Amino acid sequence: MLPNIIAAGLAIGAVYALIGVTYNVMFSASRVMSFTAGQLGMAGGVLGALFITRLGVPAIIGFPLALGGCALLGVVTEIVAVRPVLSSLEKHLYVLSTLAFALMIQQFTAIEWSTEPQPFPRLFGLGNGGVADEKFWLPVIACAVSVGGLEFLYRHTLVGRAFLAIAEDNFAARALGLPERNLRMASFALAGAIGGLAGFSAGELLLAFFANGALLNFYGFVPVALGGLGNNRGAVIGGLGLGLFQQAANFIVGGVFASVAVFAVFIIVLLAAPQGLFGVPPARRV
Amino acid sequence: MMSAARQDVAALPDAMARGLVLLGRALPWVALLAVAITLPFVANNYWAVIASRAAIYWVLVAGLNLVVGFAGQLAIGYVALLTLGAYTSSVLVARLGLDPFVSFAAAGAVGAIAGVVVGLPALRLRTFYFAMTTLGFATIVTQVALAWQSVTGGGVGVAGPVMPAPFDTPWGFYVFCLVCAALSTWVTMNVARSRFGRALVALRDAEVAAEANGVSKPALLLSVFLLSGGSAAVAGGLFATLQSYITPDAFTFDLSVLFFIAILIGGRGSILGPLLGTILLTVLPEFAAPLVAWSTFLYAALLLAIVLLMPGGIADLLDFRNRTALADDRAILPRPALLSAMLDHIAARDSIMLRGVVLSFGGVRAIDGLDLDIRPGEVHGLIGPNGSGKTTTLNVISGFNAPEAGTVLLGTAPMRAGTPWTRAAHGIARTFQTPRSIGEASVLENVMVGGTIAGRGTLLESLFTLPRHRTDERLLTERGMQALRIVGLDALAGVRADRLQHSELRFMEIARALMLHPAFLLLDEPAAGLSAEEIRRLGELIVQISRRGTGILLVEHHADLIFDICDRITVLNLGRQLAAGTPAQIRAHKEVVSAYLGG
Repeated sequence: MLPNIIAAGLAIGAVYALIGVTYNVMFSASRVMSFTAGQLGMAGGVLGALFITRLGVPAIIGFPLALGGCALLGVVTEIVAVRPVLSSLEKHLYVLSTLAFALMIQQFTAIEWSTEPQPFPRLFGLGNGGVADEKFWLPVIACAVSVGGLEFLYRHTLVGRAFLAIAEDNFAARALGLPERNLRMASFALAGAIGGLAGFSAGELLLAFFANGALLNFYGFVPVALGGLGNNRGAVIGGLGLGLFQQAANFIVGGVFASVAVFAVFIIVLLAAPQGLFGVPPARRV
Repeated sequence: MMSAARQDVAALPDAMARGLVLLGRALPWVALLAVAITLPFVANNYWAVIASRAAIYWVLVAGLNLVVGFAGQLAIGYVALLTLGAYTSSVLVARLGLDPFVSFAAAGAVGAIAGVVVGLPALRLRTFYFAMTTLGFATIVTQVALAWQSVTGGGVGVAGPVMPAPFDTPWGFYVFCLVCAALSTWVTMNVARSRFGRALVALRDAEVAAEANGVSKPALLLSVFLLSGGSAAVAGGLFATLQSYITPDAFTFDLSVLFFIAILIGGRGSILGPLLGTILLTVLPEFAAPLVAWSTFLYAALLLAIVLLMPGGIADLLDFRNRTALADDRAILPRPALLSAMLDHIAARDSIMLRGVVLSFGGVRAIDGLDLDIRPGEVHGLIGPNGSGKTTTLNVISGFNAPEAGTVLLGTAPMRAGTPWTRAAHGIARTFQTPRSIGEASVLENVMVGGTIAGRGTLLESLFTLPRHRTDERLLTERGMQALRIVGLDALAGVRADRLQHSELRFMEIARALMLHPAFLLLDEPAAGLSAEEIRRLGELIVQISRRGTGILLVEHHADLIFDICDRITVLNLGRQLAAGTPAQIRAHKEVVSAYLGG
């Protein structure tokens, strides 16, 4: 039983971690936490199933198409729900605008795709449902590749450094002549692709289901809250920890109380350490 | 808008005009009630269900409105409390055979507790975190309802409570729901028009000012969460009765969105607006049958449109009073002579004494071993270049910053650091470098926030307008008008604060501080942005306040004002005291003159 818990826990934890990274990438570029993060994950699964299963496109082409679609969704989020409220005095409007847009994505999917979970294609056909099955290790690989890629991007490329500059000090970055708006849109595209990758790699695990969005929204946010805003390594640790904890609790106390346990831990940790376990407390301005 | 206090203020000359205003304000309510009462006589049973549903939703939205519209907390997952209430009452009736009314009460109690648990994070977390917590709670309640089959029936569901006669017919049940809805309207309106409602809005728009005026955020927010959680769960019980059979499918997140949008369409800080919003959103799908599948999508699109295009909601559209132009040539004419009536009984008390206070931000020492005394009846000037630690000193005294070393004493007793809301009880009032006001509330309401701790009645008494609540309101309104007359803003009492000029906001903050009958008044650059004539009047007012026994700490850059009115001056530089003494001594102090005053 233990190998199963670990395999499933790491797999689902990797998905949560990737959604957490999606939140972080959008946050760094705009200081906005967007409710669309989970929907991007959902869209990755649905678009994958749409292109490969329903339209019969080969997986090797369907994969970039699904990711591209999610990246586009990320850019649209920026244009429709983020940019208009960034200049507003009321700073919390983004919570509502991104929530509204996320709901629109979710409802559109429910009506135009299906309200029932749809099967996701087998990509490689490796493993036969056991702990070595591809559905368990695909998300883990996707997570490792994305986080490694992001580290490389941020540390070793000029564009990545520009992203960091925007995240660190928006005004100073603009004063230096960085194209803030384009970089922000690029960040949202990147976040869209990462969210899409999360959903695509977890397609065999979570299926192509419109309601995954809301679920991923919450469970993907938990690692961000635990790891501290904008901290990708914290998100990975938090995500994998959450996945393992959830699966273990599922096995030990059953589904009813596993969710309650996750929620309780989430609230207790946040009350004890509002800035997250690896974050820095913000200064208060009077 | 909170309109309670405005009635008393309207600067209308005759009683008839005032009566007309009152009538205009009551008209929408009377019309709504008339429609609600005639409905059973003109419509069929189908409409009884729709109308009952609107009433039930309103029971929930009325409570949620206090959380979202007044306190400004983005609680987006309130469908969870509806679910909780629905299952609690259904299970109690179906499995334990309890009476439906008892089950509603039990649901209310469970919901109140859940409301507080879900609300706890709001005390410490940022907006998005709180929104997410409520969303997570909504996700989890549905999962539990699905999985806990032995109790909830899982996906199969459970029968809802059945009402006894005469509430067992559609219209009978409608009457019951209507009474509940009317009750929640009345109760939330009472809260909105009490010092608690004003304090909630103050927490939303000017949290720092609210705390400095003695509003304790945890206590107030938790009582509101208690109330709204309870009413949401009672609505759940009614909802289960109306549905007659409930499954987890009945409680989709769409409902949360509906509740939330109803409030936003209606407008923050209004009660009529969200009520109209609730009715609109409940009834609208009945007229657009082909669009039912798309209704949530359209709600979401509507939410986006409101946020981007019309943040004020219906209430803003209906707020005709604040469209009439204000006079251009108005002047602030303080009447310090009236102070004797307000600050009559401030006996000479102890001084505030800072001893060896040290505070650094990161590597910068903002205050570096400061000693300072504020004595009753004296104006103490605190001057120095920018960044010398003046405002930080004020923040240490009013408890926003905790010093690393040293103490702040009131007489001989040290004051606890980091507890700004306790300062009002010590009679310490303050103003802010950038005025902190509630833009959407009237000037009088803003000022009344300053008297929050003077109220004697509890929130429970305010819910039902018991005598002590009415006494409090009368007293605070009277005192607020008195304070406005003193600073010379009484003509603007009913005007929205965000329409005032900068200088008027400064005087409004002083009026708010006077509401405390302050033993000490800390003024942070009150003359910044004022004209020469206004500064002269301000100086006169400050002197007269100090002559009533109040100790004043005046942070200022206008050297003329400082030397004119201060009894004692401390000059700061880089967090240290550069000089201290009477104005004459400071004027002659070589270092001060060369470093700061110039000359």
